[in-house]
Amino acid sequence: MKAKVIVMPKQSILDPQGVAVRDAMRHHGLPGVKSARVGKVIELELDGATEAQLHEIARDMLSNPVVEDYTIQIQA
Amino acid sequence: MKAAIIRFPGSNCDQDCELVLREQGFQPEYVWHKDASAAGYDLIVLPGGFSYGDYLRCGAIARFSPIMKSVVEQAAKGVLVLGICNGFQILCESGLLPGALVRNRDLRFICEHVRLRVENNANPFLSAASVGSVLNIPIAHGEGNYVCDAATLAQLKAESRILVRYCDKDGNITPAANPNGTTENIAGICNAARNVFGLMPHPERACDSQLGSTDGRLIFQSILAALTKAKAA
Repeated sequence: MKAKVIVMPKQSILDPQGVAVRDAMRHHGLPGVKSARVGKVIELELDGATEAQLHEIARDMLSNPVVEDYTIQIQA
Repeated sequence: MKAAIIRFPGSNCDQDCELVLREQGFQPEYVWHKDASAAGYDLIVLPGGFSYGDYLRCGAIARFSPIMKSVVEQAAKGVLVLGICNGFQILCESGLLPGALVRNRDLRFICEHVRLRVENNANPFLSAASVGSVLNIPIAHGEGNYVCDAATLAQLKAESRILVRYCDKDGNITPAANPNGTTENIAGICNAARNVFGLMPHPERACDSQLGSTDGRLIFQSILAALTKAKAA
């Protein structure tokens, strides 16, 4: 199975990296950029895992629920 | 008093802690992160550094090291646990302390002396300091911006668990004295049982007058006094 885990900073948390990227883009000819947020993507290839197990590890290890949200995309 | 210094791959303040603990009257020993047990110590120190290269998130992988299960068990038994810088991040990741430490507001790694106001001394870590006193202790981190939800923050305040805050040299808690954007100038907190303390500043780097300050000794002296008192009782 292949899966992607996408981890993003929560909306309520200031994302200083996103702000820096947004400001740099504005200065680089795209003044209309309203916001940018920087997260991470973890690509997995794995055998013998259930979707429930993936959620568990995404919640407990790959993201920190205090400051981040995750989504999982499973590609058959 | 026996102190364990947990070494993770990437810990780099372990030797500073060892030296200071020895000077302050402890018997420090290194414990490797792959060891199964941190039992038999009066104090467990999670030193600063960059465990696992800060991969994923600071402290996120160290938290799953074999030794951490035992550290959590020892903390539940009341053993004192001190997490400094990366150690504080590991304590938050492991759930021994609430909240999380995220990227500094200005995205810069900050290495400088700061002032800390002692907010509470009814704990084993700061009993030798008076409330309101100002300590000169350095910070050295890129992710020291403490965040937590509103309910957690209210609980930390209600239970007097914010032990040190960043302040100016006169002890005023101001936005200008906040080096990294941390919530309400929080520099260090403890757990509800008051035996687990995590802080971003490095007291072990402020124990020798040649390094510019000896204020960090207060923390190690407080711990030693608390342990001595507990053993005598």
